[in-house]
Amino acid sequence: MSDKHEISLTVNGREHTLVVEPRRLLVDVLREDLGLPGTHIGCEHGVCGTCTVLLDGASVRSCITLAVQADGRAVRTVEDLAHGPDLHPLQDEFWDKQGLQCGYCTPGMLMRAVEILEHTPDPTPEQVREQIASNLCRCTGYQYIVEAVVAAAPRLRGENAWDPTTPTEAKA
Amino acid sequence: MTAIERPAPPVRDQDKTRTWVGKSIRRVEDPKFLRGRGGYIADLVRPGMLHAAVLRSPHAHARIVSIDTTAAAALEGVHAVITGAQAAELTAPLPDFGPDPAKHTWRCLAADKVRYVGEGVAVVVADSRYLAEDALALIDVEYEPLPAVVDPERALQAGAPLVHEALGTNLAYERSFDFGDVDGDFAAADVVVRDRLRWHRSGGQPLETVGAIADYDPSTGQLTAHTNSLSFTSYLFMVATTLKMPVNKLDIHPVPAGGSFGSKLFATKPLVLAAMCSQAVGRPVVYLEDRVDNISNCDHHGSDRVYEVELALMRDGTIRSLTIDTVDDYGAYIQFGVGHHGNALAQVTGPYTIGSVRYRVRAALTNKNQQGAYRGFGSEVNNWMLEQMVDKAARELGLDPVQIRRQNFIQPAQFPYFIPTGNVYDSGNYDAVLDEALELGEYDRWRAEQVRAREEGRYIGIGLITAQERSVFSATEFWFWFDEPGAPVTSMPESVTLGVDATGGITATLYSCAFWGNSPETMVAQLVAEEFDCEPQDVSILYHGSKGGLPATGPGGSRTTVMLAGAVEGASEKIKAKARRAASELLEADPDDLEWVGGGFQVKGVPEQRKSLADIAIMLHLFKHSFPEDMESGLEESQVFDHPYTTMPSADRKDLGVFYPFMGHACHIPVVEVDIETGQVSVLAYAAVHDCGTLVNPRSLSGHIVGGTAQGIGTALYEEYVYDDEGQLITSSFLDYSIPSAMEVPELRIGHVETPSPYTPHGIKGGGEGGRMMAPAALNVAVNDALAPLGVRVTELPMTPDRLRAAIRAAGAQQR
Repeated sequence: MSDKHEISLTVNGREHTLVVEPRRLLVDVLREDLGLPGTHIGCEHGVCGTCTVLLDGASVRSCITLAVQADGRAVRTVEDLAHGPDLHPLQDEFWDKQGLQCGYCTPGMLMRAVEILEHTPDPTPEQVREQIASNLCRCTGYQYIVEAVVAAAPRLRGENAWDPTTPTEAKA
Repeated sequence: MTAIERPAPPVRDQDKTRTWVGKSIRRVEDPKFLRGRGGYIADLVRPGMLHAAVLRSPHAHARIVSIDTTAAAALEGVHAVITGAQAAELTAPLPDFGPDPAKHTWRCLAADKVRYVGEGVAVVVADSRYLAEDALALIDVEYEPLPAVVDPERALQAGAPLVHEALGTNLAYERSFDFGDVDGDFAAADVVVRDRLRWHRSGGQPLETVGAIADYDPSTGQLTAHTNSLSFTSYLFMVATTLKMPVNKLDIHPVPAGGSFGSKLFATKPLVLAAMCSQAVGRPVVYLEDRVDNISNCDHHGSDRVYEVELALMRDGTIRSLTIDTVDDYGAYIQFGVGHHGNALAQVTGPYTIGSVRYRVRAALTNKNQQGAYRGFGSEVNNWMLEQMVDKAARELGLDPVQIRRQNFIQPAQFPYFIPTGNVYDSGNYDAVLDEALELGEYDRWRAEQVRAREEGRYIGIGLITAQERSVFSATEFWFWFDEPGAPVTSMPESVTLGVDATGGITATLYSCAFWGNSPETMVAQLVAEEFDCEPQDVSILYHGSKGGLPATGPGGSRTTVMLAGAVEGASEKIKAKARRAASELLEADPDDLEWVGGGFQVKGVPEQRKSLADIAIMLHLFKHSFPEDMESGLEESQVFDHPYTTMPSADRKDLGVFYPFMGHACHIPVVEVDIETGQVSVLAYAAVHDCGTLVNPRSLSGHIVGGTAQGIGTALYEEYVYDDEGQLITSSFLDYSIPSAMEVPELRIGHVETPSPYTPHGIKGGGEGGRMMAPAALNVAVNDALAPLGVRVTELPMTPDRLRAAIRAAGAQQR
């Protein structure tokens, strides 16, 4: 196609300039053009939330967002959460609570959880449950995802630092 | 029942002192998935890889008159366009285990006519998926529409349009089996409870679709494949046969699957398409379904049954016999035959001492996507059917729903217990599960609350059910339908290789197994750690490709953990035997004087005379000449673990033999409220107690209970692949096919009872199908309990608001 557009976007703090077809989806730019495969594609209709990323801090469905719509804006993906060997507190708690099984919805769920805790730093389990209802998970039945997000909240507020020497025990 | 030999495996003395088996450790798989580095099929890129897309039929039933691909092939960036007719030259039919496969030929693309909406008619290979889809729009297909048949019972009537003319009927299979003295038991019964029940189709719908990358090397004729389909050993020869290539030229590598729930079992079509395209263009080709591809053409829709059932009882509630007449809508093809009913027959009488069963099954072909596997594989439908009948019997006889179940339970002393079909239940303690569920679910409190709510005009219902979860299948269930199987009992093995490196580190290699959301790595890591007193996180796990692999079957029917445990146990014994002998040489002690303690061998009573596994391993790897002539270098052993308990069916099929012996059990108690004005069902509370023998990772099993229950809620209330009267699929996206969100799934109270299997390592039984075995039955009973005061009994799933409102309106009309 001849009518390609040059766009600039900041992804996980790094600026990129690319030339894209107007129809090219943000998720394809992230996965294929920028080599960030952590954002997954689920339903391709904007329903399941698997492809959730943060665009200027707000969650969007990257499978129904055009790359040109991200021109001049900042995108944050799951690849931005861990720092080297250190997992983000939400990742730690998803691991600890078994808030994932197949892991496919997990990056989208994590990015949505980041947004939830930014807006509601001290949520009740009911608030978390209602707000993650934006994203589908086919494996877990959500219960341990809710537990993980609730458990991560005080850590993101700077309280209750995680002690990696404490093993998970049967809580079910 | 015809007497047959059922040699049982030796009864094990289950050691109760365990370090790692039974601990809810963090799953060893998880960190890469948490970082978005799972390495799913969409994440893999091969140099020079092209992309395939499939053109799908908009018609339910139509003859393909012509296909013009000229414009598509001329588009820049397009490398190949292959029509169904061309594909029929390039490939053989896909493997179909149904009766008379030659009369319902199934191909990777439709060749002469399309038989359901979504069936593929042509595939395009292009530089990108965008371009491939552009080219699809340029293909011109002329169809001659034919009348479609959508309803399974109508499909069996004379004059119905034929899905496959060569078959001459839409009845793909019919047979009636009698197990025990059905007529005698019915004659002796006081009452017969009858019902007609309807279970509509839903499916696994994992968030990741099915895909494959095929890389054909024309110089060697070798095809290397990566796929997120599961169970490679049989898949390997199924795909190779379809591609008309020698099995030893095909190498399939497992890739993590973003969920399966059955629906990625033997997904032959995507790999065959990718491979056919790669052979045509001589470059790597990826075919990855999009969501519409998967919903309309996954070949794995779930059961779709009509039941006519009769339950014969004594007036005190003792159940004598059961007759089942079921029509199952298989869609346009029948790849697994009626194996789904084999699953049902494994536990057809539930946890009850029912003396006889008649089972008539008719498999109907219609213009829909075909049936495959969905968590439960048809046995969850049987659970639902049986529990609706027991519930109805309790109401008609005025009996307490708890008591009628309890009084019919098989008692602990009766195990191993052979049910009328010939399958065995290895062990169980159903009263213990029921007791815990009643307490956990606060059954008495909710009954009181229900009475109070009714006074306020609210409709609260409590859905108590007790049901089975069979585990570790044997393949006899796929062929005992026919008198001439031409096969002895199948062994269905699973294999593990354990390698101890020179520093004592352990690597476990798995065959025909991939990560698919369950935790094969965590299970094996915990089992290995149990054997060798190491940390589970320190065990390295390797997924072996098909080439050079050991015999294995792969996941399905809740078999993986039990079978891998057997393989780990056997390989560990061999490692320890060699290590013991090596230690005896190094310590100059008699092997029999050594004991395994804390990760090494030491002289009994002399703990300072000791060699750790690492001490032994480095000697065996590097200093072989320190050992006798017949000892080889290295420390690596494999175990092929065959199905531990399966027996032949009798020739007259009055006894199907043992084919699903390790029997889990559960009691679910949901509490629901029905808004009778809107038909909306809310789940107020939910308790689930499962017994699948010894637990390896309780938290992980609880995850399957919650996740399976969420899917069961979908099946019971929301999910249905809806085809209209013309066969048009009207639920072709997640906008219409409603998967439960966090707001539809309640917080579960979960309990575990552990009745170890006497026949498996550690006493483990399978539990992976989890809550979906029970939840549809439990929710249907709960809704009927809520609506009982209105005289409403719902007999059709899913219980959508419109179905509930129609039932409520009909009851109201009758009352007036």
